[in-house]
Amino acid sequence: MAGLELLSDQGYRLDGRKASELRKVQARMSVFAQADGSAYLEQGNTKALAVVYGPHETRGSRSKSLHDRAVINCQYSMATFSTAERKRRPHGDRKSSEMSLHLKQTFEAAVLTELYPRSQIDIYVKILQADGGNYSACVNAATLALVDAGIPMRDYVCACTAGFVEDTPLADLCHAEESGGGTALALALLPRSGNIALLQMDARLHQDHLDALIEAAMTACKGVSKVLDGVVRQHLEEVSVLTRD
Amino acid sequence: MLKSKTFVKKTRSGGVLKIVREHYLRDDIWCGSEVCKECKDEAPVLQEHACIESDLCSYPHYLIPDTNVLLHQIDILVDPLIRNVIILQTVLQEVRHRSAPVYKRIKDAIHEKEKHFYTFTNEHHRETFIEREQGESANDRNDRAIRVAAKWYTDHLAKKTNGGSLKVVLLTDDRANKEKAEQDGLIVYRCEEYIKSLIGNPELMDRLALQPDDQNEITGSKLLFPEHLPLSRIQSGIKNGMYLQGTFHANRDNYLEGKVFINREGEEINEVLLQGLQNLNRAVHQDVVAVELFPKERWVAPSSVVLQDDSPNDEDADEDETENNVNPIRSFDYSSVLKPTGRVVGVIKRNWRPFCGMLSQSMIKEATRHLFTPADRRIPRIRIETRQAANLVGQRIMVAIDGWPKNSRYPNGHFVKNLGSAGDKETETEVLLLEHDVPHQPFSQAVLSFLPQMPWSITEEDLKVRADLRHLCVCSVDPPGCTDIDDTLHCRELENGNLEVGVHIADVSHFIRPGNALDQEAASRGTTVYLCGKRIDMVPELLSSNLCSLRTSTLRLAFSCIWEMNHNAEIIKAHFTKSIINSKASLTYAEAQMRIDDSNMNDDITKSLRGLNRLAKILKSRRIAKGALTLSSPEVRFHIDSETHDPIDMQSKELKETNSMVEEFMLLANISVAQKIYDEFSECALLRKHPSPPPSNYDILIKAAKSRDLNILTDSAKALADSLNNATVENFPYFNTLLRILATRCMMQAVYFCSGMDSDFHHYGLASPIYTHFTSPIRRYADIIVHRLLAVAINADSTYPDLMDKHKQTALCNNLNYRHKMAQYAQRASVAFHTQLFFKNKGIINEEGFILFVRKNAIIILIPKFGLEGAVFFDHKDKPSPRLSFDSEGPTLKVEEHTFRMFDKVKVTISLDASNIQHQRIRMALVEPVIPGVSVPVPESEPEAKKPKLDC
Repeated sequence: MAGLELLSDQGYRLDGRKASELRKVQARMSVFAQADGSAYLEQGNTKALAVVYGPHETRGSRSKSLHDRAVINCQYSMATFSTAERKRRPHGDRKSSEMSLHLKQTFEAAVLTELYPRSQIDIYVKILQADGGNYSACVNAATLALVDAGIPMRDYVCACTAGFVEDTPLADLCHAEESGGGTALALALLPRSGNIALLQMDARLHQDHLDALIEAAMTACKGVSKVLDGVVRQHLEEVSVLTRD
Repeated sequence: MLKSKTFVKKTRSGGVLKIVREHYLRDDIWCGSEVCKECKDEAPVLQEHACIESDLCSYPHYLIPDTNVLLHQIDILVDPLIRNVIILQTVLQEVRHRSAPVYKRIKDAIHEKEKHFYTFTNEHHRETFIEREQGESANDRNDRAIRVAAKWYTDHLAKKTNGGSLKVVLLTDDRANKEKAEQDGLIVYRCEEYIKSLIGNPELMDRLALQPDDQNEITGSKLLFPEHLPLSRIQSGIKNGMYLQGTFHANRDNYLEGKVFINREGEEINEVLLQGLQNLNRAVHQDVVAVELFPKERWVAPSSVVLQDDSPNDEDADEDETENNVNPIRSFDYSSVLKPTGRVVGVIKRNWRPFCGMLSQSMIKEATRHLFTPADRRIPRIRIETRQAANLVGQRIMVAIDGWPKNSRYPNGHFVKNLGSAGDKETETEVLLLEHDVPHQPFSQAVLSFLPQMPWSITEEDLKVRADLRHLCVCSVDPPGCTDIDDTLHCRELENGNLEVGVHIADVSHFIRPGNALDQEAASRGTTVYLCGKRIDMVPELLSSNLCSLRTSTLRLAFSCIWEMNHNAEIIKAHFTKSIINSKASLTYAEAQMRIDDSNMNDDITKSLRGLNRLAKILKSRRIAKGALTLSSPEVRFHIDSETHDPIDMQSKELKETNSMVEEFMLLANISVAQKIYDEFSECALLRKHPSPPPSNYDILIKAAKSRDLNILTDSAKALADSLNNATVENFPYFNTLLRILATRCMMQAVYFCSGMDSDFHHYGLASPIYTHFTSPIRRYADIIVHRLLAVAINADSTYPDLMDKHKQTALCNNLNYRHKMAQYAQRASVAFHTQLFFKNKGIINEEGFILFVRKNAIIILIPKFGLEGAVFFDHKDKPSPRLSFDSEGPTLKVEEHTFRMFDKVKVTISLDASNIQHQRIRMALVEPVIPGVSVPVPESEPEAKKPKLDC
């Protein structure tokens, strides 16, 4: 039979969500004590771990350091067990270096790097389980880790994907929807200002539909931001309770 | 609101792969009933007073069919009588996986408002979702899911109506499922029980598909056929080369023989012959089957015997004869043409569709089981059960096959629909449409919803983006009675002395946007089918006969192709634009011709026509000089009685100068557009090619010409065209036409293709290096695609992914080619049927004709007056055949003393042979030359009396 029916006539997607609904987002901050900041985030079945070190002196050659702001160093990796087939993923393959670069660009737009000249901030993210929207899960997890590390940012960076099926924009695609053909767009947003930190799409889409798709992705990002905000507040409450004792 | 639930699936794609998917359960899925106040459904689908009168359920109720009921009894469910049905998501998904056609039909039914079909998304409902238990099969789980959902509905509705009367009824034919459902306290019936209980609708009963349970009772216990192998063994057999996979084609003339075409590349054997019922093993025409080859010593030549399955309608009598029929065939010595033979070991995919045909009533008067004879001779007879046999005799009916058990001589099926009485014009038209797979149902609501709102008018925006050509004096020239005018022309003199010529084509792609239901329907229909007195539209009538028809004095959107030409018809500049036009006149070919010839008329339209006509002549002569072929095929027109719609007269279509004028400009537009879209999209332009035929195709033509001492050169289209022009015989003016008719038969079929997938673009017949179809978007889908491509090329429209995908384009081309072929066949069948009707009213007619072909036992005769072709056979079943000697060199046939050569003039009588009501045909008999024992006397004077009417 023909492939999966991504959107039923009744308006339900494969997993029972409606077009604009997100997957369930759950997160925890400060999962590791050794690192300066860390966070674990689940977006449906996509699970990501982010760890932040810094700001600290630049390691390695001095030439990399910048005199007026901090360097952001990102490393993205996927666990061997993150997909259905176990697969060794060497560092520095094309896909992960591209993803690292995207992450770097995203956070350079959000972190107030000018506060830390000649220093470096390391962000390490690992996908523990991949089920679509890896980039957005990484961004969201890294945001929480940065908050945890106490690094000043302009705003939360919230990311979400959106796809386009049967003339309807779908928010937060899962793996089946991503691979089921059609267009996927990833967007990282600074929700309060509405500024876009990164927008990426490498499939064909008619220009007329682009606005609708971006709109859907932005709404989804705002949804994510609410969840992240809730997570941070709850974490703070817990921490402050601990410190009070 | 969201509940997360993950579950694990295993699928097989190369290996075992674990797929993890999320599954959200919701509590905002409504029940869809008007009764329920709690569910916040905005537009409930199910009615409060759901009334289907039934003996079993006297209360209002909703139906919930299970998957098998839906799959097998779809014919019943789509009946307008059945309303208020809840289709569970579980059921819908299972149907989607198992049968695409049924899925489409049920979806159409769901869309129909009057049917009140509601889809309940039970798999995502918090209270109806269930998980598969340990050791439970997927089917069992689904059955349980259906029961749980039914139970939920029962309780839900009971609560809402305070124990009121509204109930749900589960329909299932699965015994175990039924028992379990009864234990759960559900109201559950078998489909048959329920349908039987419906008051006042005995005819629905017959549409019930037979269930495996019942079949055992029908047939004896004797095993007639070898068991089919399970699919897993077939697959492994195909993989290791033990079996071959292919499509089964039954022999039209011999029911005990068939061929399997192996469609795998690199296979030495591409055709396997199957003989005998045992070896055919229940394969039905068009099925995909697996065959096992026999060793070489059992290979035989195909038989040329005609065998029809006319055995009496009796279960046992015909079993012994089957093998006997096969044996004598082998005794012929055809060792040089031995074909591989084999037997069917299993059926991979059944390609059953509902078949049209007639009922052969059982000899026992009260019997309810009857045999059904399909109109298509390649389909075996089908056993059906009906109690209205008496009513169905003499009617054309439709029957679907349900199955073919190994102990049954015939497949079992069920009655679907009565099409009307046989021989009736409407019925026969319906039959030929169905048999040629021409989609002709009325357009569905989903399709119609994409039509523009009426009243429609041209908007400011249209004016802004389109060239305003309202002032131009454009006119259309079409056959009389044409309502879908898709082309108009104009011609005017420019200030610099040159001529401006415009071809304006209806802008159908403005109304049909890519990808919507309307577009998909048009793509699937592919072409409008013209039958005698009936037209099956590709697009809804609002478009074909109104908004897209370029009528007189109406503002219409058009796609214009405008050339600047000098007086030698050489193109100086070509220009394409979307435009708005206002046609000044819709003329017929005859009217246009009159205007051109009448020197008193000097208005703008006439001037424009004269200019066009002059240019067309130049264009034509130039085209012919390049080697374009002028071919001929006998086409006929019927004069149809305006009241009874019976054909009252027949005449060959005659061609006027204006026909060729319009044609010439259409060709020019097509070629210009083809070049333009190919320049712009070299990978994905939709073009049309006409391959040059292999030299061997011309053998018959060359031989035929030689018999009259003429030489036909076939090295190139140009040589052929020239030698055809020179081939004339004195005192025989029709000879040249005959030759051209023959030449037409040598040609290949022209086809659509995608430029990225082929390198040979040549159009042989038109002698053009590139060609496409642009000028009839109302009646051909290919033109719509070409319009879209051209619109993108001139930046008037935007593209979409499928347009640029050459594989999708190729798939589309294949469908279009198939539809065009079937439309042609349907057209011919329709002409043949009307010819029969005509001769039925005429009795026996005496007419002159020419021999078109000479065969071993017959001559094929063409009657130019009617464009009718028929065979005179020299051997009859019941008469001793005359001495025949056939010489394939000539080719000539010597019957007794007389030798028949091609193109000989003969006289024949024509009559209608109605002995087989399902396959009526025209019978011809020889009158002159007189051969004793073969020819028939000149018919009586009675039919002669009618003749003068024909001659006029």
